[in-house]
Amino acid sequence: MFRFRLDGSTGVPPYLQLVHQVRQSLLLGYLLQGDRLPTVKDVAGDLAINPNTVVKAYRQLEHEGLAAGRPGQGTFITGSLSPDPPGAPGAQQALRESLEKWLRDAEDAGLSDDAVTALIAVARHDVNKEKV
Amino acid sequence: MTDDTDSSTPALQADRLGRRYGRVWGLRDCTLTVPAGAIAGLVGPNGAGKTTLLQMIIGLLQPTEGQVSVFGQTSHADAAATLARVSFVAQDHPLYRDFSVADMFHLGRAMNPSWDQELAQERMDRLGIPLKRKVKHLSGGQQAQISLTMALAKRAPLLVLDEPVSSLDPVARLEFMRDVMATAADTGLTVLIASHVVSELERFCDWLIVLTSGHVQIAGPVDGLIAEHRLLTIPRATPDAELPGLRIHRTDSDRHSTALVRADPARLAARLRPGWQADPVGFEQLVMAYLQHRPQTAAADDPVLAAARPGPAAKEVTR
Repeated sequence: MFRFRLDGSTGVPPYLQLVHQVRQSLLLGYLLQGDRLPTVKDVAGDLAINPNTVVKAYRQLEHEGLAAGRPGQGTFITGSLSPDPPGAPGAQQALRESLEKWLRDAEDAGLSDDAVTALIAVARHDVNKEKV
Repeated sequence: MTDDTDSSTPALQADRLGRRYGRVWGLRDCTLTVPAGAIAGLVGPNGAGKTTLLQMIIGLLQPTEGQVSVFGQTSHADAAATLARVSFVAQDHPLYRDFSVADMFHLGRAMNPSWDQELAQERMDRLGIPLKRKVKHLSGGQQAQISLTMALAKRAPLLVLDEPVSSLDPVARLEFMRDVMATAADTGLTVLIASHVVSELERFCDWLIVLTSGHVQIAGPVDGLIAEHRLLTIPRATPDAELPGLRIHRTDSDRHSTALVRADPARLAARLRPGWQADPVGFEQLVMAYLQHRPQTAAADDPVLAAARPGPAAKEVTR
C-alpha cells in the first residue's frame, strides 16, 4: 500500500504535499494505474493529519484525472504521468536548444549562476502572475 | 445521538460571549461558529481567555454576558445535558492516581450512559496498556492516552482538548493526535484543540480561532482565511493608508517593508502598484501575525481591559 509522508517545515500546505507525492510517484513509476490509495482514515491516522485535508488532496487528484473514487472501495489511480509529454519530443528538443542558447548568452553577459537562477525565478513568478 | 446533531446545526456557536473576573474581562464579545465535523484550532498566548472560553463551552463556567451553544443547545442552561454532548481532555490529564485503568473505565461507565466499553478496551489492547495497571505507574504519554480514551468512549459528538500534548514527548504527541485524527475520520467527530504549538496545528486544523487579550482576532475556515490574506513587499515609504486592504502586521526594513493585509484577492490585485509584490501567506505566518496584531478597537472600547493591561506588545505572553 502507498504511504504518504508529511514535512512540517517546508511551508507547502499539507494537502499539496500529498498531491505532489502522488504526482512524483507516478512520474517515477512507484504508483501505477489501478493501484489503490490508502483510505482517508488510514492516512489521517498514519500522519496525524486532518481527514478533511486528505479528502481535499484526493479531490484534487480526481480533478487532475489522476485518481478516481469508487463508492465503497476506495480511491484508485486512473491516470499516468510521463516525464516526456506524449507527442512532444520535438517540442522539448527545441525548448532545450533555445534554453541552452539563452544560458550561453547569459554567461557572455557576465551573469553568475546565482544571477541566472534569480532571473529564472523572477521570470517564472511574472509568467505565473499573468495566468492568475 | 439526539436528532439535533445533524450536520446543519453548528457544533459550536458563541454569541457575544463574555466573562468577567472582578473588574477584568477574561473574555469579551466572543462571536464565532464552528461547523459540525470541523477540527478547529484555538490559539492564543497565556491569559488570552482560551481556558475561560473552553470552560464556558463545556458548561463549567457561567458566562457574564452572551451565550454559547453546543449542537444548538445552550451550554450553561443544562450542565448535565451539555456534558453528554462534550468530551473534555484537560491539560494535566486529571485521573485518580490510585485507580487502575479498569477502575477508571468503571467510573466512566457509571457516569456516562453512552459509554463504549469495547472502544476503551480495544484502545488499551492496541496501545499495550494493561487494564490492571495503576494510573500512577503509567508514563505521561500513557496517562494522556487514558484521558483521551475516557473522552472518546463517552461517544460525545464534540471533543475539546486543552493543550493536550504540551506535556508529551514528540512520539507520544504523534500517537495521541493520530488517534484523534483517525477517530475524526471514522465518526465525523468535531474537535476543538487549544494549543500553543502553532507549527503543529496546520496539519490538524481546517478551522482557526485566534484569541488575544480576551478578544477573538480572527475565526474561520483555514482555506478561506489564507485565501483572503496576502503578504505584500512594498517600498518602505508606503503609508498604511495606501495599502490595498486591512493591515494586520508590518515589518519595516531600510528600504522596503513587508505587510500582511486582509483583502478581497481580486480587489487587491487591481490595486497593486508597479514594483509591489503580493505573495500568498502560510498558515504559521498568518497565525503569528494575528497573535501580534493589536487592533485599536479592542482596547479603546474597553476601558477596564485597557487599564488592566501591563503595557503595549510583548508583555501579554506572560500575563
